[in-house]
Amino acid sequence: MNEAEPLLAVERLNYVVGDAAPLTILHDISLTVREHEFVCIVGASGCGKTTLLRLIAGLLTPTAGAVTFRGRPVTGPDRALAIVFQDYAKALLPWRTVAGNVELALESRRVPRGERRDIIARLLAQVGLADRADGFPVQLSGGMQQRLQIARCLAQAPQVLLMDEPFGALDAMTRQTLQDEVARLSAESGTTVVFVTHDLEEAIYLGDRVIAMESRPGRIGEVVDVGLPRPRNQLTTREDPRFLALRHRLFNLLPTGH
Amino acid sequence: MTRLLKGMALPLGLVLLWEIGAQSGYLVAESVSYPSAIARAAWAAVLDGSLLKATRETFGAALAGMALGAALGILAGIAFGLSRLLAALMRLSTESLRPIPSVALIPLALLIYGYGFRMEIAVVAFACFWPLLIITESAVRGIEPRLIEVSRALGFGVTARVCKIVLPAALPRVFVGLRLAAAVSLVVAVTVEITANPIGLGYALIVAQESMKPDRMFVFLIWIGFLGWLVNAVLLRAQQRWFGRMGNWAEQAR
Repeated sequence: MNEAEPLLAVERLNYVVGDAAPLTILHDISLTVREHEFVCIVGASGCGKTTLLRLIAGLLTPTAGAVTFRGRPVTGPDRALAIVFQDYAKALLPWRTVAGNVELALESRRVPRGERRDIIARLLAQVGLADRADGFPVQLSGGMQQRLQIARCLAQAPQVLLMDEPFGALDAMTRQTLQDEVARLSAESGTTVVFVTHDLEEAIYLGDRVIAMESRPGRIGEVVDVGLPRPRNQLTTREDPRFLALRHRLFNLLPTGH
Repeated sequence: MTRLLKGMALPLGLVLLWEIGAQSGYLVAESVSYPSAIARAAWAAVLDGSLLKATRETFGAALAGMALGAALGILAGIAFGLSRLLAALMRLSTESLRPIPSVALIPLALLIYGYGFRMEIAVVAFACFWPLLIITESAVRGIEPRLIEVSRALGFGVTARVCKIVLPAALPRVFVGLRLAAAVSLVVAVTVEITANPIGLGYALIVAQESMKPDRMFVFLIWIGFLGWLVNAVLLRAQQRWFGRMGNWAEQAR
């Protein structure tokens, strides 16, 4: 594949709902994501960033414009684009064990049974759930359940990881731990990540690039390159003057009290 | 344990009052009998094998009818739940057949099958079909939509989605439906035996009444109530054991 060609491209995307009283959720969105990039989309609640992610994932169809993946238009969900949902408890199968949930993705890939155990063990170890393999999701804490969902998405062997405010429902400490884990996982595997969040600092901390969205209707506000060194550190990176400068720059784009 | 003993206080007290009332002559006991006589008749029924035989017959018919009715109800419920079109097409037919009391079909069943097991199984099956159809359809419709999205995102086809996601997700509610059907099957079986069919516990009940043996009648009456309680208790235990560890996902708020 050509180096310059983006992995994922959104071209003049429009999304309108309602026949009687049409409401424009997204207006004229265009963006590109290069391979191995970690792109963060940040915006206030209700700006349409979740809708944008679902359109990229193929779960929704655009009213106008297109989403292309490797040059081909996205017409429906694709296993190469794994989506991590915010409501992790609802995205897990309660009747399967932790290992069984990861196995679901392997079943969809038709991985031969003999190979599954090792893959599951490796993935669970990567997300720190190796000792909980035979438990059930209901027995896990919120952070662990989200890690399990991430493990299942990684089991899809995706080319792009789409994350929809994955840490929004977790406490601050767990959030920080998982931020670093996701950063590490994507760096190790080279997976491209599109990360949606309402938390500006989280977006700058994690991303190579931050796309800030404006609301009503949702449109691209500003796109900035982060340019901070990796690996990032919860303490030093967040105090880096460039981090603070970016924060200042983007803060005004988002409405107060975001 | 103490709660159980406290719960038994009232019924035991009433039984005691009944016995005392009958022994002392306050209660006229010819038509209604009293506890010690019932106990004697119970022992006699056990010894001569009639209790066991009648129980086997009723249980056999109830179980067979429930298996048939529940299986068909679950299959139809899955179909209706998955296909709104099918449900809409069938709505008129199902809503006109459903209100028919199952026991009202006894004369029809008699005409078709004559006396015996098949007739009873048919009526029980009809009675068990409806609760399972409604519960299964509702369970399939009410599956967490996020899980359906997950199955779409993973690229599962319809069969895989049904087997891996829809059926297991619907299982706890369907199991509750089975508990309901079990209770219904016993009630309907006994009713069929009381009204028409000369087999089982219901028939023994009627025979005891017609031969003026109230003590024996009470034996079968109490035994039927006990069986109903037992069946439900066993199924409830099973439900808690199977689904308890996983968190009862059917009860999760949406």
